[in-house]
Parts: sequence; structure tokens; C-alpha cells
Amino acid sequence: MKAAAFSYARATSIADALQLLARHGDDAKVLSGGQSLMPALNLRLARPAILVDIGRLSELRGVTVASDKVTIGALTRHVDLLGSREIAEMLPLLREATAQVAHPAIRNRGTIGGNLAHADPASELPACMLALDATLVIRGLDRERRVAATDFFQGIYATALAADELLTGIEIPLPAPGTRHFFHEYARRSGDYALVGLAAMARADNGRLSDLRLGYFAVGDRPQLARAAARLVGVDVTPELVAEAKAELATELDPATDQQATAAMRRHLAGLLLENCLATVLDRPELARGQSS
Amino acid sequence: MTASDERQVLSVLDRPNSYIGKSVPRPNLDRLMQGRGQYVSDIVLPRMAHVVFVRSPHAHARIAALDGTAAKAMPGVIAVVTGRELAGVVSPWVGVLSHLKGLKSAPQHAIAVDRACWQGEAVAAVVASSRALAEDAAEMVAVTYEELPVVTDMRTALDPETSVIHPELGDNLAFERNLDAGAVDQAFAEADEVVEAEFVFGRHTGVTLEARAVVADWNAGEARLTIYQGTQAPHMVQNIAARHLGLTEAQVRVVCKDVGGSFGIKVHIYADEMATYGLAKMLRRPVKFVADRVESFNTDIHARDHVCKGRIAVNRDGAIKAFAIDDLTAIGPYSMYPRTSAIEANQVVNLVGGPYATPNYRARARVVFQNKNVTCQYRAVGHPIACSVTEGLVDLAAQRIGMDPVAIRRRNLIRDDAYPCASPSGLRFEALSHHAALDRILAMMDYEGLRAEQTRLRQQGIHRGIGLASFIEVTNPGAAFYGVGGARISSQDGVTVRLDASGAVIAHTSITEQGQGSESLTAQIVGSVLGVSMDRVRVVLGDTDATPYGGGTWASRGAGIGGEAALQSAKVLRDNILVVAAAILQARPGDLDIVDNAVVDATSGERRIELNELARVVYFRPDTLPPGLQPELVATRHFVPRDYPFAFTNGIQAAWIEVDTATGFIKLLRHWVVEDCGTLINPQLVDEQIRGGVVQGLGAALFEHCIYDERGQLTNANMADYLVPMAGEMPDIDVGHVVSPTLESELGAKGAGEAGTAGAAAAVANAVNDALASFGVTITEIPLTPRLVLSALGQI
Amino acid sequence: MIAAIAIALTVNGEPVTAEVKPRLNLADFLRDDLGLTGTHVGCEHGVCGACTVRLDGAIVRACLTLAVQADGSAVETIEGLSDSGEIADLQNAFRDRNALQCGYCTPGMLITAQDLLRQKPQPDRAEIREHLAGNYCRCTGYHAIIDAVESTARARTERAT
Repeated sequence: MKAAAFSYARATSIADALQLLARHGDDAKVLSGGQSLMPALNLRLARPAILVDIGRLSELRGVTVASDKVTIGALTRHVDLLGSREIAEMLPLLREATAQVAHPAIRNRGTIGGNLAHADPASELPACMLALDATLVIRGLDRERRVAATDFFQGIYATALAADELLTGIEIPLPAPGTRHFFHEYARRSGDYALVGLAAMARADNGRLSDLRLGYFAVGDRPQLARAAARLVGVDVTPELVAEAKAELATELDPATDQQATAAMRRHLAGLLLENCLATVLDRPELARGQSS
Repeated sequence: MTASDERQVLSVLDRPNSYIGKSVPRPNLDRLMQGRGQYVSDIVLPRMAHVVFVRSPHAHARIAALDGTAAKAMPGVIAVVTGRELAGVVSPWVGVLSHLKGLKSAPQHAIAVDRACWQGEAVAAVVASSRALAEDAAEMVAVTYEELPVVTDMRTALDPETSVIHPELGDNLAFERNLDAGAVDQAFAEADEVVEAEFVFGRHTGVTLEARAVVADWNAGEARLTIYQGTQAPHMVQNIAARHLGLTEAQVRVVCKDVGGSFGIKVHIYADEMATYGLAKMLRRPVKFVADRVESFNTDIHARDHVCKGRIAVNRDGAIKAFAIDDLTAIGPYSMYPRTSAIEANQVVNLVGGPYATPNYRARARVVFQNKNVTCQYRAVGHPIACSVTEGLVDLAAQRIGMDPVAIRRRNLIRDDAYPCASPSGLRFEALSHHAALDRILAMMDYEGLRAEQTRLRQQGIHRGIGLASFIEVTNPGAAFYGVGGARISSQDGVTVRLDASGAVIAHTSITEQGQGSESLTAQIVGSVLGVSMDRVRVVLGDTDATPYGGGTWASRGAGIGGEAALQSAKVLRDNILVVAAAILQARPGDLDIVDNAVVDATSGERRIELNELARVVYFRPDTLPPGLQPELVATRHFVPRDYPFAFTNGIQAAWIEVDTATGFIKLLRHWVVEDCGTLINPQLVDEQIRGGVVQGLGAALFEHCIYDERGQLTNANMADYLVPMAGEMPDIDVGHVVSPTLESELGAKGAGEAGTAGAAAAVANAVNDALASFGVTITEIPLTPRLVLSALGQI
Repeated sequence: MIAAIAIALTVNGEPVTAEVKPRLNLADFLRDDLGLTGTHVGCEHGVCGACTVRLDGAIVRACLTLAVQADGSAVETIEGLSDSGEIADLQNAFRDRNALQCGYCTPGMLITAQDLLRQKPQPDRAEIREHLAGNYCRCTGYHAIIDAVESTARARTERAT
């Protein structure tokens, strides 16, 4: 399985990268960590004429914390996120999710930007972006724009990025104090893509949720922020209400049937994740079932 | 490890400083641990070219046209060869053996000529200066296919309206075997209870980490073909390559160095490998073929694709009165060569019910062609099916009559003092130990303790299960497997052992090494029997130019057969050395022994002459030897089992698992095996073979499945979608032993390589059904995926 | 014709310069261009771990890395880790426990195990299994490998105290 031939250009600056992308358009693929691109190249599923390697653009790497947001450079590697004290303190959801990405050797090279731009519907990080209400910072030759995560993921391997654009950073609003999170995925083996997963952020006051963002992944052609969450906010979360929310969830999700699971099974597992999430964020273990991954 | 036998007489196994029974580290592991092994894919020869095969994307299609012109013009391309062109160099073959009555198959070419019969079958070869360039050119080979009807459902393969893959054969039935022993109808009619189930087994494959690889080197000047290949049976490859390339065996040399896993995958003859041999001859240069992972999934033999209806008759007092099976298995469009794709089904018929005393057994097995990848023997051939069906039925019977699974086994396993005896299928058992093994495993796992824990946790809504699986295993086969059917597959093996001029020992053996420890067991035996330290013993294997002629390593025969040959040859060399020593020392050979690299006085142990000194005299100063003495410091002995066609072993496995009934996920908590494989040459190596085998069985139980769609497309031909067992999900595995040596050899060793795989899936399936018993659920299908569990529980 | 690209890197401490096609991956570069065949190819899609090497001190899949990406970097393969003696105790433990059979996964296993022990000197069995969860072995069933890593960790801790 040897990749088809391609040319290679190592970008020396962001501007240089953008010029290369502008020139080559759909004939080019951006190489960041390469952990998603390389398998596709080796299997000859991707056949770009040229790879634009942005791996040396150190200005795209790193975590910065401002008063109201955390900014993560697109080239920040998963291993760097795992080692970041700021991420651990401020965005524990992201840390937990990143720890589930594949295996150590992959995490040492893969980047958050590469992962998000690749937009595998079964990937953990896109769903985290929904739950965290993130904004993706995108640059073209003569422009910079910001796209809400909820608008960024548009289908299987499809995002709002144009062929001549680069994802340069991710801006995540600092969660309010007391925000809780929940992350779990059901996968056959450690490091596998999830059968279904949930990345959630919640705020609770006096046993009621004041905010709930449910970022599901592996539930369709893109990560999905469940509208069913609205049912659970500002009210007493009774078992009956949970059942109703699960029923709504089952109708709004349109998961695929594939070798790993049927659509019905994915809906079922999504419902379990909802229960487990509520049990965690409300400190009510009796709401939980199905603990194994 | 405990030995349950008593040795009355000091035998060759009780020699001083014996390595037999010792868990010594394998010699020569540094090479592998430093990354300095030599696997076929590491081999580079001058002018070596690389071959990539153009493979049919269709499961069944006529090759209407094939145009290599554009491909030939690509950079680095040396040749583009069609099936028709190659047929002039490599003759076709038919995978049948005469002792499998009625087995039929069609001729298969190294590269398909008129028609591709499975998705992935090679239709052309592109040879180029690198793999990458060959792949580029392969894309440019223009093939016009006319799709033909596909046969992909084994259940309807024999229906009249299903198209026949090989019309000249009449139907899609490759082989059928029927067996009727005892009084089966009467037994079922009279029994208190009859339980039936349909057992479904997902097709799966070996996934050796090193893919199949061959370097074929035709030296036109010598008119000789050297094949570097990780085969388990080099002499078989030599014979077949010679036969189909129109060469004499003397013109073919097969060399195996390091092999990155085989498990039976690399014991067969593959079309693309035969094509590689032929291309080397055509192009008069070395040609290298290394399958990539996708190719491996599509072309390495698959196995264990069965639907087996099983019935068991049982009385309320627990007596099992009869077994009956109707087994259907799906192979590829050709029976594999030369071992045939009927052996697995044949084994299933032979082995169902094997551990049990009932004489009433009926079996029908049918083997049907499919437009899917070819199938053949893969570790534990047929045993996993037979064990899963047998042990599944026994547990179902126990459940029906309200008996504990241990109790029903105690009631029905063949008694340990009942040997020798035979099974209803005609298997002759020399001496097995089902009850001793059962006792042992119950103690090892603290069965009562686990039952108590299971009960306690069930009250908390946690569902754990215990599953047992008794099994018998075929090892040390004589000619009964293949030779009797006309295959040129040797069932004997030989060892040549030599004392070198420096006093070191070199042993050449015809068995082969794939990591199980063939080299180590040979060195341990030779060192022990001869009286030399292991660090002085060098073992040569895997070279038809340099070893005795033999079968190689497969069907768990290396230790039992190759080990015995090593033992016997070392005995002879020892005697030869003592004759010389006696002459030098003016003593009698009977008063001498060899211990710790020296000839010693047998009674006092006094060192009389070092072996290296004796060797110096023999090789360089024979003028100092008594007149008439012609020393011979080399000995060769071969061994073939003669009394029993197979040396049966027995064992039992137990699985302790937890089912999450909300998600359907199964967690493997722990696993136990008690194995009786006779004399243990190196207990650690045996235990590790068992562990590795168990995990292959656990993979089958939960994860592995070659998923074909109805068009015959293998939809998960990569390691992300085909799930192999990884460290995160596997349990610790405890291994114990009972020891019942075979009296057929002095060594007393039987085989152990496949035991782990034989019973692991059966134990897990029984454990899952045990866990789900309170839900009234029984699942008789593997792999036991969460989807299957949730469906059975009615959750989805 | 796509131009070859000049790269300069160190491999096991030795400076190496080469002209490579962009599509050449690091595993093939090490094996075919440098003859360092201890890095094995098992899947070419990053799943089996057989090709694991160290790149600037971090374990990576050589099949998912282009040779051109290694320009300016330090690559360490199993040959280098062996010759330096860095993993001698781990290799001894593997030998004594028979934590390898065919040896094909072993270079990747050793490098990954060493990576774990450098980060976490006293891992429990579950942590060892988790860190090695991306390295496929078909021969051993993993139990012996876990034992060997565990015993090495214990011995290193004892030596350190």
C-alpha cells in the first residue's frame, strides 16, 4: 500500500501556506500531523497532486488563555493538550476526550486542527467543539473568518473550510465556574473509533440544569448537538422526563447502520449516554446504566 | 505444573543436567529483540524486482479483455504478465486428496486466466523496480470484466436455482461426509430430553503481523530456483514448486529464516506465491512479493465459516445419550492446495463429542463453494467448531435438566482409566485425563468462590458468567492426514546431529520455527540426551539444502515428532562418541557417559576427556586412534508415529466474564487452561503457546469476522475494521498441566500449539450464556458482538 | 517526474543525508534506504504498531510519517535503542519471560514499553495494557509481555532506591 506520487512543499509561513493553497486549490492537501491523511494516502483513497506541509509553523502551536477564552493553535498536538496544565484546569472535557484519541504514538503527532479539519463523524474532538461552543478561526489569503463549531462540521469529512483556507486556531469560551462536564464513548477496543460517544457540558444549580450542551459523535454524518437537551434545562429531571428526552433524542439522531452497530443500537447507546451524563452532572447515580465502554 | 505420572525406570529423560522439563530461555532471541532478524521482507538480492498483482474487484467475473500496454510504459516497469502467459510457466493444480472421498474441485491457475472467482483473485502481475512503481503501473492495467452471478450465501449454495460456480463439477458441493455410529435414532427417541441449537461461526482469518512474503530467485546459470519464504513446510513447497514449474526437486531450494507469525496461514500454497516463483523463472531474476495488509485480508486463507445444527439427547439423571450434527461450511471457489479445504469439516465430524463417553453419534458435513476468498487450515483446524458445538450442547443439556455444568461433565467425560479406547468417529485415544484436568481447573479457578461471587453480584444487577470447555486435540499426525490421500506432505521428520571439530554440537532439523520454540526444544533435547550444555548446541532449520527431509511444523507436531527425532539422533551420536572415547581411554563404552561437555566415568563422574579434546583427536589426529577405528561423529534419525494416527491430547478451559446487559459489551475478566500434552520439554514455551492460542480463540469469540456483503465484497479488509484482540481487552490467562506422556516415543511429548485456540471461544460462549441464563437468553453465534447481545436481550 | 527532496537527519545518532521522493514514508526509508530492517511494516495504516520508532524522543508510527517530515530530526530505531543499552534490562526480561515468539511485533513493543516506563516508572498491569493497546501481537496473547514490562519496572524502581 504505497501512496500515489505527489509533490511536496514545506510552508515557511502562514502566508506561504495560504499562497500554496490558493495556487493549488483542490489539488493540494494540507499535511499537519498526518495521522488521518497518511492512511488515506497509503490506501490511495486520497490522491493529491501536492502536499502542503504546515508542520513547521510553530506560530500555530500552543495554548493561550485570555480572560474570557482559551485559544488553541491548530497545530497543537494531542500530546501537548494532554500535558497542558491550562487545559487540565479549564477544559477538563477536552483533556478527557483527547486521551481517548487512538494511541500514544498517534497522539504524539496528531494535531487538533488536523483532527477537526478531517471531520471524521466518529471522532471525539469535533463533538467537544460543539459542547464547548467553540469558534474555529479560519484564514485565507486575504481574509480571516470565524465559524461557530455548530456551522463548521457539514458532513462526512466535510467542513466549512474552502480548499484555499487553513484552520489556524480554536477559540473556546472559558466555562463559567461550577460548570460540569461528561465524556464517554462506547468503543470495542481501547483507542478505536467510537460506536457512539458523548461530550457534554452542563451547569446545574440546586439540582436543576441551567445549561446543557450534548455533543454526540458517531451518530450520523457529523457531530450533533442534541436539541433534546432543551427539555432537561430549568426543570426537575425526573425518570419520566429522561425517558421523554431519550425518545426525542432517538428521533433527532439519524445514525448509520454499519459493521459495528445498527442505527437502533446507536440510538439505544446514545440514550444510555444521556442517562449516564445526567447521573454525573446532577450527582444522581441512580439515573445511570451501562457503565462499560 | 505438576506431573502426575511416576517414572519407574531411569530413561533418557532423566539424564544429569537435563534441560527437559526446564523453562530455559530460548537461545538466539537477541537477534529478534535488536531488530536484526531476517524476515523475508528484509531480504534484498541483486537485480531483485517487485511484483504487485492486479486483483479482481468482482467476486465473479469473466476477464473479457486485459491490456497492459499503458502499464508497461510506466516508469520502472519490467513486465506485465497475464494469467495466460504465466500458464506456460506454472501449471494449474486441483486441491483434492483421494482419502476425502468425493472431494471435488476445479483447476486453479497461479493467475486467473479466463475468470476471476473471488474479489481479490489476481488477474495480472506487474513487475517493477519498486513496490510503489509497480502499484502505480498496476492501476494502469486495463481490465474489462463481465460480471457473473455470485454465490455468496452458503445456506442456498446447493439450491437448484443457485448458479453453479464450476458447471463441469455439477453443483457447488465440494465435499460431503456422513457418519453414523451407534444407535442414534433410538437414543434420541428414548432420551428424556432433546436439545437443539444452530451454531453460527463467523469466517475469520489469521492476520499474521508479518504478511505473506516470498522472494523467488531463479538463477539461470545454475538452473536453480531458490525460494525464500516463511513457510511451515519447506519440503512441501520444494516438491510443489518443482512439480508445477517443470523442475526436479533438486533444482528447488526453499529457505525459511525468521517468520513473523504463521498459525497455519503460511503452510499452504498460494496462487500469488506460485506466480512469483514463475515470474522469477520467466524474468530470470529475483522477484519479491510482499502482500500488503489489504491483500492479506483478501487472499490469506480464511477459515471457520460454519453453520452447524447440533442436537444432544440427555436423560434427567445427566447421562448424555447421543450427539448429532449437521454442519455446513463455506469455502472459496477452489479447494486449497494441497491440503484441501475439506479437512476442517472432516475434523469437525471427527471431533464433535470427543471428550464424552456416548457411543451414539451422527454427523453430516457439507462443504460448499463460494465466490469468496479461499479457506483452509488455520490454527486448531475444526477444533474450535467441534468444541463450541459440543460444549455448547452439553451446557444446554445441563440447563434443560437443571444440572450444574460441572456435574454433567463429571457424569459423562470419558473416565481417566478407560484407555485405550476409541471415539464413535473412530479416533483412537491412547491415554487422556479429562477428569484430572477438570479437577485441576476447578481448583485453580476456585470454582465455588466464583459461583458465590456471581450470585452476590447478580443481586446488584451485575451479570457475570463462568464457562467451561473440555476438548481433545489432534497432534503429532502421521500419514493419516495427507499422505494417505496422495499429498507429497511428509509426516516424518529427521534430525542430524554432529559433534564439530571444536567440540560444539550442530543439529539440523526438518521442523521449522515460527516463534513457538522449535529451535529451543531441539537444543534442549540434544543437549540433555547428549550431555552437552545448551550454549554449545547450534540448531539449523528451515533450509531444504541443509536439513533432513521432513514435514515441518504444523498440526502441533514439532515437539512430538521433531523432538523425538532429535532425541534418537542424539542417543546415537552419544553412543558413537562413547565408542571413540572408549577406544581412546581403553575403557568400555558402557562404563562411560557424557556429562557437561565431557566424557566421564559413569560411576564416579570423573571427567575423563573433554569433548573438544576428543573432537580434536578424531578430526585432526586420527593417527593416534587404535587401528581399524572409523569414528563417526554424525548421526541422523528420523521419526514417524506408527501406532496411533494422531497423538490426542486433552484439556479444559474456563472463562470468567461479565456482560453489561445495557450496552451488550462483554468483559473478559480471567481465563484458565489445564492442558495435558504429555512430556513438557519447556513448560514456559508450552504455556506461552497456550496463551497465544487462547487469545486467538478469544478474538474469534468476540471480535473477528471477515464480513462479506451479498455481492461477495469483503467489506472490512483492514485492521481498523477487522478487529483483532489487543492488549487492552485481553485477560490474564492461568495455565496448569496434567502430564500423560505418549508411549509411542521415548520423549513422550505430544503437541500443544493449538490447544489454546481449540477451546477458548467455547468457554467464552458458555460463560456468556451462563451470565444471561436468568434472562432466558442463549446465544449460539460468534463473534459475540454487543449488537448480538443487545438483540438477544431484546434491548434493540 | 516528481523531484526528490534533500533531507538531513540523525538516525541512531548518526548523521544521514539523502534525496527522497515525497511519498516515501519513514518506515520504508529506514528499511530500504538505510537497511535498518528492525522497523517492521505490518499494516501501513497506523493501527498495528509494528513500525513504531522514536522521533525527537517521542514514539511515532513510521508508516504515518513521511521521510521528508523527519528532516532535521533525530530518529531512533530498535537497533539504536539496543546498541546504546537503553533497553537492555527490558530485553532481558522479555527473554526470560518469553515475551516474544516470532519477534515481529517486538521492536515496536519494546520501544512502546520503554516509552511508558520513561513516563511512568511504576505502572500497574492495567496501565501497561493501556499503553500497549495500540501494538498488535498475534503470538503471545500479551500476558507474558505485560509480565516482562511489570518486572522491569519493579527492578528499575528497586535499583533506583
